[in-house]
Order: sequence, then structure tokens, then C-alpha cells
Amino acid sequence: MIDQASWIAVFPEALLLLMACVIALVDLGVKSPLRTLTYVLSLGTLLAIAAIEAFFGASGFTLYGFSNMVVSDSMSAWLKCFASLAVLVSLVYARPYALSRDMLRGGELFTLSLFGLLGMFVMISGNNLLVIYLGLELLTLSSYALVALRRDKEQATEAAMKYFVLGAMASGFLLYGMSMLYGATGTLDITMIHQAIVAGHIQHQVLVFGLVFIVAGLAFKLGAVPFHMWVPDVYQGAPTGIALMIAGAPKLAAFAIVIRLLVEGLLPLALDWQQMLMVLSIGSLFIGNFAAIAQTNIKRMLAYSTISQVGFILLGLLSGVVDGNAVAAANAYSSAMFYVITYVLTTLATFGIIMLLSAEGFESEEIADFAGLNQRSPLYAGVMALCMFSLAGIPPMVGFFAKLSVLQALVLAGGSVHIGLAVFAVLMSLVGAFYYLRVVKVMYFDAPISITTVRAPRDVQIVLCLNALLLLLLGLLPGGLMTLCAESILQMMGT
Amino acid sequence: MGLLSLAIWTPIAFGLVLLAFGRDDQANATRWIALVGAVVSFLITLPIYAEFDNTSAATQFAENLPWIERFNVNYHLGVDGISLWFVVLTAFINLVVVIASWESITAKVQQYMAAFLILSGLMIGVFCALDGMLFYVFFEATLIPMYLIIGIWGGPNKIYAAFKFFLYTLLGSLLTLVALIYLYIQTSGSFDIATWHALPLSRSEQSFLFFAFLAAFAVKVPMWPVHTWLPDVHVEAPTGGSAVLAAIMLKLGAYGFLRFSLPIAPDAAHEWAGLMITLSLIAVVYVGLVAMVQQDMKKLVAYSSVAHMGFVTLGFFVFSDLGVSGGLVQMIAHGFVSAAMFLCIGVLYDRVHSREIGAYGGVINTMPKFSAFALLFAMANCGLPATAGFVGEWMVILAAVKANFWVGFGAASALIFGAAYTLWMFKRVYLGPVANAKVAALEDIGAREFLVMAILAVAVLCMGIYPKPFTDVMDASVAALLQHVAVSKIAAVPLN
Repeated sequence: MIDQASWIAVFPEALLLLMACVIALVDLGVKSPLRTLTYVLSLGTLLAIAAIEAFFGASGFTLYGFSNMVVSDSMSAWLKCFASLAVLVSLVYARPYALSRDMLRGGELFTLSLFGLLGMFVMISGNNLLVIYLGLELLTLSSYALVALRRDKEQATEAAMKYFVLGAMASGFLLYGMSMLYGATGTLDITMIHQAIVAGHIQHQVLVFGLVFIVAGLAFKLGAVPFHMWVPDVYQGAPTGIALMIAGAPKLAAFAIVIRLLVEGLLPLALDWQQMLMVLSIGSLFIGNFAAIAQTNIKRMLAYSTISQVGFILLGLLSGVVDGNAVAAANAYSSAMFYVITYVLTTLATFGIIMLLSAEGFESEEIADFAGLNQRSPLYAGVMALCMFSLAGIPPMVGFFAKLSVLQALVLAGGSVHIGLAVFAVLMSLVGAFYYLRVVKVMYFDAPISITTVRAPRDVQIVLCLNALLLLLLGLLPGGLMTLCAESILQMMGT
Repeated sequence: MGLLSLAIWTPIAFGLVLLAFGRDDQANATRWIALVGAVVSFLITLPIYAEFDNTSAATQFAENLPWIERFNVNYHLGVDGISLWFVVLTAFINLVVVIASWESITAKVQQYMAAFLILSGLMIGVFCALDGMLFYVFFEATLIPMYLIIGIWGGPNKIYAAFKFFLYTLLGSLLTLVALIYLYIQTSGSFDIATWHALPLSRSEQSFLFFAFLAAFAVKVPMWPVHTWLPDVHVEAPTGGSAVLAAIMLKLGAYGFLRFSLPIAPDAAHEWAGLMITLSLIAVVYVGLVAMVQQDMKKLVAYSSVAHMGFVTLGFFVFSDLGVSGGLVQMIAHGFVSAAMFLCIGVLYDRVHSREIGAYGGVINTMPKFSAFALLFAMANCGLPATAGFVGEWMVILAAVKANFWVGFGAASALIFGAAYTLWMFKRVYLGPVANAKVAALEDIGAREFLVMAILAVAVLCMGIYPKPFTDVMDASVAALLQHVAVSKIAAVPLN
């Protein structure tokens, strides 16, 4: 007997599944090369779902459904809201790009994205190891197919292959870790796992053994060093629109499963996993930033920049528990959440600009392709500069406040190790500033390679401007989103 | 909206309007809008000065609104006697620069003017901020327009200069960020600067904070040995950029000492005063000597800026009324004089396109009016009595002699170097027979340039002849600051 609460908890997922199927069917009858009907239906669905999730998030209730297999709390609701908006924006940016590359012959771009989003939803809401795993697989399988959407293009196929092989291995890690946990605790339910560990009858060694695999799997999905090898190849190889699908919304879902698994499930093991995250984050900050300097391909550079940004997110996650004391934990995790959300927002705009510049038959892939963009289109150059300064963490851009909240959490953790990490992170962001500034330099200081003005369809223009405006506003008034993150994490920790 | 908010946001709003609606083919309209923006922004700062209460050391025109509630960051503005003049000075220099760049900038005029307007708003924000995080945001945000100004409108080696400027100053201020967060946590969640002033701190904590702040402010001032970015940047920056950089941006660092380093870590400031005085003296003497051998006029003025800012930091770290006020007066005077010096070089550069001293000679023959102004500013740069340059230097030297004769002696000797390199440059560029055909073909300054020079000349002379309005404003605040700095914070640290 399934109770009503369960249905409410999964209502958005059910709706999304239904609409994804409907859109797949409707698309069969669509003749227009732009797939306008599919497009409008997808956007409508995403908007409606984002609205529902925003309502869930604002009302702030926590619902467990299907015998605690899924949970709908305000953290999951907000993350899902932002994830569907991110997919929406990605679709808007990707459509003209896909059209000019013969990727719109069928509606797969839309349906696969929606299924991928469904996978993210399941990950975000999963309260059970298997459910989380199922969500993850749904997301990654959709992504593999998306990357291979241009199957006639060598690079894309290669990227898809790499992504698939490495991704499957990561899933294997995660699954293996989960099975260890199951073996040790006898349950798949995350809440029960937590209780079982707190009860203290379980051998620490077995748990840590499982934990290592879980962290490795998660690091893979996040793209943290040393599990980062796939990120640059996939970013570069995948068609830009698809790279955005991978770089944007899934980061939110990956953050959610990190929270679900490590915080909700394994918080008693925090001292163990925090050390692992510390190694991962130091490596990511170091390799990400230094490798990005050497890149000439902008997508590859952004891939390494992502790796370094993930290092920052990990810094937020690892400063929660100090000496077994979790008082400051909510502060630390909410700073990481703020970081992820603003990072996704910035990534969307960045890739949006890259796709704009990729005219028909021409991939704007090299940083040099941005030369003199300010002469060609001051608006888009301005948006890109905004993104770069934000990623570099220069105030008053939102990226600064993200870094600030993470650093604040680190220093609040108080150990000399943490303060050392804060100084290290600060120095690494100085290195980062160099390559972000280089993009600004190319756009503003160099002579343009072509004088054609950059044209964009009206819908892309509007969404891009809104995206940039939101970035700017969040930089000037970051308080609202910060409070939202803090409250939803507090609520999650309280239950 | 209070006056200070208006002073900050009016130029920024004008700048944004220019960015949004300015077009390449409407350069003239853009210039006029920018001028209106600069004039309005300057006029707004006048009532702040007029209504300022000299007798009070308290911050005035305060505005306090919650900004980021989660971190207890407030939009807290206010001015006291220390910051008041810099608000006016910033708006003034901005106006001068807008007029001075009228014809010399032809590419992307709307972005150029917008960058300067936004920059001036941000810098006023730095001087008004009473919340540590707000200060930092304004402080860092100034890097973005300056980076673009140097990179887009700069000289041949502009890209190197733009990066050097950005990364060098960013490195310094990032360490300060860690210090700010540390203070935030020590006060259990406050970014209020006044709260930080009252916070008891142990000796080691104070030393850590002092050096973390030093990293940002010393680079910005710039103090020897982290001054090397300044000559490179000045040489490549467009005239307006150099003027604003020398006149205002360097002051952000010196101002930071008075707002953060001294009152927050008074014991460390006393403890390390010897080091600071030594560095200042090296800047004054050694960098003065370096200035003497420069072939490039802009480099020469840049090194002279470093030397003059050495006076400022010297004045601060002798901890006397006279020294601190002298340092402040020197900051304002240097704002006028260095802007004027760079604009003079700009006038020549616009015509001859060379900054080399060797490319000139006998300019006075073809540009008599301009040379008269240049002479006045050169004299002010050497600190001739009755010019702005004299007052501050004299006060600092007096204070230094009172503290320690040899320190004062070293500082005073710099006056000679200052006179030497400035006058020598003047002789080589302006005096003598006409050196070459280019100089022979020079036309004297037109009405617009005359206006710019005249405004600055009036400012330089007024300040030199009657400095009372400047010192009166700061007396109460400086006295209060010194009183605060004289009290040790270590004893108040609770023992645990």
C-alpha cells in the first residue's frame, strides 16, 4: 500500500517521467527542422517542474516516501529546482548549435536531457544506496548517448567511449563501496546506515574500506584529482552543447549524493573521509589550476578550471567536522552548496557564449578565437568577462562570495591545517586568476580575427542576458541565496 | 539614500549608462555624458565637505544597512577626518581626467569613460566603507576597471603591464582576505571595523594581522621592495590611467594602514615601526636616486611617486599628530601633483608620441604657456614652499626629527634628491634651445588643456598657501586615532 505522502514526494519525478515519454512520442510527428514543438514542450515541462520544486523548497517540509527510499526535503527541492533550470538554459543555448551541426534530426537532445534530469532528480532525492545508484546510472547512460549524438564525428565518439569506460569504472567503484557498506550494516537505507554506525557495533575497518571506494566513485563523478582524467577529454571532445549538459546540472546532483552518502549516511566517519577529501582537494586545486594555464583550447581550459573549482567545493565539504564536533557543519556544507549553485550558473553563461561564437561549420574552440570579441560584440564580451572574473573570484562577482564562504568555513574550522589550506587555496586562486584574465585579455586587448558581428537567436539572447544579469545581481546581493542554502542544509542536518 | 551612497553610485550609474547605450559612432555625445556624470559626482561630494563637523572624530554621514545577513556583512558607510578629503579628491581627479582625455582617446570612448566613472565610484567606496568586507569588495573591484584601462588603451607593452598590475596587487590582497576572515571569526561574526578596533589581540596575533595587511597595503602604496610593478604599469598605462593610479589608487594602500593596520594591531605597529621606517627611508632615498637616472619621463614620475609615498608611510609610523597629519596632507598633495605631472607628460605624448626625455629639449620655446604650468608642478613635486608638495613633507620631516634626528635627516635629504631629479628633467625637456624638428613643430596647449592645467594649478597653490582647510578637518580624527593606537591591546586579552 503506497501512501499519499509517497506520491507527493515523487510527484515532480513522476511528472518529469511522464512528460519525457510524451515528448519522445510527440517528437515523432514533428517536422520542423528546429523542432519547435518539442522544444517548447520541454521548456514548459522544465519550467513547471522548477516552479513545483521551488514551491516545495519554500514550504520547507520533509517527506519520506516509499518506505524511506526517497526523501523530499528543501535541500533536494532547491537543488532540483536549479538543476531543471540549468537543463532548461542548456537546451536554449544548445538548440541553434545542435541545429547547425545536424544534431536535431530527431528529438533525442531533448528527451535524453529530460531523462538525464530525471536521473539527477532520483540521485538528489535518493535515501537508499540502490536508488541513488539507479539515478546515477540513468544520468550517466543518458549522458553517454548525448556525447555520442554526433556519431559521425571522430572526436565525439572517442569522448563518448572514454566517458563510458571511465564512467562505468567509477560506477563500479561506487557500487562496490555500497556493497561493502551493505555488508557491514545490513541495510541500504541511508538513515539506518547512520544509526547502525552510531550504535558502534560495526568494525571500523570494514566501513573505512567501503568508504574508500565510495569516495573514489564520488571523486570520479565530481572530477577531482586523481580521478579527473576524463574531464578534459570529454569537455573537449563532446559537442559544446552536450559538454554543457555534463558540466552544468549534473554537478548539482553530484553534490547532492556527496551530501546524502557522506553527510547523511557516514557523518560518524567524517574524520576519515575528510582526510580523503583533503588530499583530493589539494590535488584538484593544484593540478587543475596549473594545467589550465597550459591550455589553448578554451573547453579544455574550462575543464581544468572545473577541476580546480571542484577542489574548492571539496574544501567546503571537508571543514564540517572538527574534533568530532559538528556544530559548524551546516555552515560548511551550505558554503559548498552555494559554491556549486553559483558555479553552475557561471558555467552556463560561459558555455553559452562559446556556442554563440561557434558559427556554422566553425567550432570556436581555441582561446584565440575570442580575440577582439569586444570589438565585435561588447555585450557578449562583457558577459564572458563577467563569467571569467566570477570564476577567478574577483569581487563584486558572485564567485568571490562563493570562495569567501568556503574560506570562512575553513578558517572557522580553526585547526592550523585548515588555515594552511585556506592560504593554499587563496594562492591557487591567484594562479587561477591568471588564466581567466588571459581570456579577458584576448577578448579586450587583442585585435579581432574577424569583424563579423555575433548573431544570436532571440531566445538565446534573452536567456543569456538573464543569466548574466542574475550573475551580476547575485554578486551584488548574494545574501538571499546564501540564506536559502544555509536554511536547507540546516533542515537536512536536523532530520 | 545618503550623500555617501550618492557619491559612490552616481558615477557608477553614469558609467553603466554609457556602457549600455554608448555607441562607437557617437563618441562626442559619450564624452559629454561622461563629463556631466563627472561634474555631478564631484558636486555631490562638496556638501559632504561643507557639512562635515571638524570638531568631532566620530564617523559622519553614516549609513548602515544589512547586506549579507548570513555573514553579518553590512553596507556601512561613513567618513571621518581621515577619509573625508579623499572622497572629494577622488571625484575631483576623476573630473580632471575626463576632461584631459577628451581628445586623446578615440577608440571605444564609451568604455573608457565608463571605466573611469565606475572606478571613481568604487574608490570612493573604499574610503567610505566602515565594514571590512565592504571595504575589501570595493578595494578589489577597483582592479577590474584599471586592468581594462591599462590593457585596452595602454602602450605597446600594455598586456604585460596589465597582468603585472592585476596579479601583483591581487596577491597582496588575497592574504588580507584571510586576515579579514580571521578577524571575523575572532569577533565571533562581525565585519564591523570599529568592533575590530576594540578587539583585544595577543602579540603574535597582532603580528600575523599586521603582516597580512601589510601584504596588501605595501604593494598598493607601493613600498620598497614591492614597488617594482608601479614603473612598469605607469609607463604603459594611458595618461588618464596613470593619473588616477598615482593620484588615488596608491592612496588606497596608505589609507588602509590608518584604517586597519594601526588601530587593529597597535602593538605590532609599534613593534615593527622600525622596519616600516627603514623601508620608508629606503623608498625615499634609494628610489629617489633611481628616479634620477631614468630616461623615460613616466618612469621618473613613477619612481618619484614611490619616494613621495615613502614620506607618507614614514609619517604614519612615527606615531605623532604631526607625522600622521603630515602623511595625510602629503597624500592629498601628491594626488594633485602626481596627476598634474602625468597629465603634463600626456600633453607632450599626445603631440610627439614619445616619453623619452632625450626626445625633447627646449619645449619652452614653442609651448610657453604649457611650460609655465609644467614648471609650477615640477616645483610642487620638489616640495617648494607655497606649493602643495611642501606642506606635507615639511610636517613629516618635523615629526621625524622629533622622533629621531637621523630619521629626520634621512628624510630631509630626500628633498634634495626630489629637487634634483625633477629639476634635471625639467631642464632637459623644457629648457635650452629647441632640440629637434618635432619640438619645433609643437603647438601650445588649447583651451581644454589650459583648463585642466589651471584647475590643478589652483589646487596646488591653494593647498600650498593655505593648508588649514585640509589639516583642520583631520585634526580631531588623527588625535583620536593616535590615542587609540597608544593603548596596548595585549593586556586586555583574556587569559585562558
